[in-house]
Formats: sequence, C-alpha cells, structure tokens
Amino acid sequence: MSTMKRRLFLKGAAASSVVVAAAGAGLITPRTVLAAWPAKAFEAKSTSDVLKSLLNGSDTNPGDIAIKAPDIAENGAVVPVTVSTKIDGVESITFLVEKNDQPLAASFNLGATTQPFVASRVKMAKTSNLTAVVKAGGKLYSKSKEVKVTIGGCGG
Amino acid sequence: MANSIKIKAKMSGDVAIVKSLISHEMETGLRKKKKTGILIKAHYITEVTCEHNGKVVMTAYWGRAISKNPYLSFRIKGAKAGDKVKISWVDNQNNTDTSEVAVS
Repeated sequence: MSTMKRRLFLKGAAASSVVVAAAGAGLITPRTVLAAWPAKAFEAKSTSDVLKSLLNGSDTNPGDIAIKAPDIAENGAVVPVTVSTKIDGVESITFLVEKNDQPLAASFNLGATTQPFVASRVKMAKTSNLTAVVKAGGKLYSKSKEVKVTIGGCGG
Repeated sequence: MANSIKIKAKMSGDVAIVKSLISHEMETGLRKKKKTGILIKAHYITEVTCEHNGKVVMTAYWGRAISKNPYLSFRIKGAKAGDKVKISWVDNQNNTDTSEVAVS
C-alpha cells in the first residue's frame, strides 16, 4: 500500500476505533440509535391511527391544556407551538398536525422532574388543526387549535 | 458534526428554563431538486435526549414535520444554578451530536 493510502487507512481505522471505544463506554449510546422510534406512528395517515399506534388509545378527553400558536402562520414551514398543561402526572405530550399527510409531528416523553411544558416549531402543509395530546395517569387528553397557513408572500 | 446545539438554561424560581436551537436541515425527503426532479433524501433528527445532572429528564421522538433548525424549550423542576443540562440528538442517517451547559 502506498504511504499516503496507508496513512489515510490508519487515520480512518483510528477514528472508527475511537467511535467504537466511545460507544462501548456508553458515550454515544447506540442504544438510542436502535431504540423504539415509533415508525408506524410517524407513518400513520390519520390522527386516530397515530393515537392507537403511539399512545395505545383512541378516545381523548378534554383537559386543561394550553396551546400557544399563531392564528395565522405566514410561513407553514416554521410554525411555533407551545403546549403546557395543568394536568397532574403527565407522561407525554404529543403534537399532531391534523391535515399533514402524516399527522404525527413529535412526541415528548417527560420525566417526573420535567414541567408539563414543551415548545418547538412544526411544518404545516396547509390550514389545519394543531392538536396537543397529553398522556397522564394512563389517560389521554387533547386540545386543538386551528392555525391558518398562508402560502407565499406577504400573507396574501 | 461540530457543535450544532446552542443551549441557554436559566433559573426562574426553582425551575430551570431551557431553550435550545439545533442546526439541522430537517429535510423531509419529499422535496425534489428543481432541475433534475430527483428526490432529496430525507435527513431529519429522530430522537432528542435531554439530561439534567446526568439523569434523562425528557426524550423526544421527532419526525419530518419538525421545522428546519429546530427550536426546543422545556423546563426542569427543582434545578439549581450550576446544574448541568445536556441535549443530544440522533438523526435518521445515524449522525449524532451533543452539548452540555451549566444552568445560570
């Protein structure tokens, strides 16, 4: 092997062995790479299929949930959403964009010391209900808010 | 991937308010290149793990509908200034990144 090629090969081998060592030490946690990303729920085409597949439920109850999102989103690619709730014992908060081809946008599993509050930004294909589903004490609660999405230009 | 995660963690009462911005394409895999019509490969963060002093306090599963350069904010009860907050992500192409800050 030529000197340069050998050096590159060794460099690559050294780099990959660092990764393997780090993975072994639990620093990269390959466990999470293979973990239970809920593919079926993300591919589901209806909110009821998402609820069944992700949260093992079908009916949701009304609950004290606050959704903060714009009434009109100028840019459907970046719609800020904040969900908070006063319900006790929240295990997870899930964001659904009902009229997206695949309604499940995100799901957050909260530990005991995490406040039931989560904010992020989602893509919305068109005017649709934004639904927050809260799982607490094994029950599902939800609240929706309609967000109008204007396409292109200055809101027109 | 050099640091793609910016984190701000500040105490408010006995709650640490964490706000983060992650640089990531969050490519849906549904867009096509204008000239060739070839589908641009999906490339988006699938999982985010948030830790407080080494303990996982939140895990998030994300899909292609989270916006590009995702923003994420959450709140940790019973935190103190000086506590460590760490955010890590994995994407569908098996890239990862992680960042840690101290709560101010």
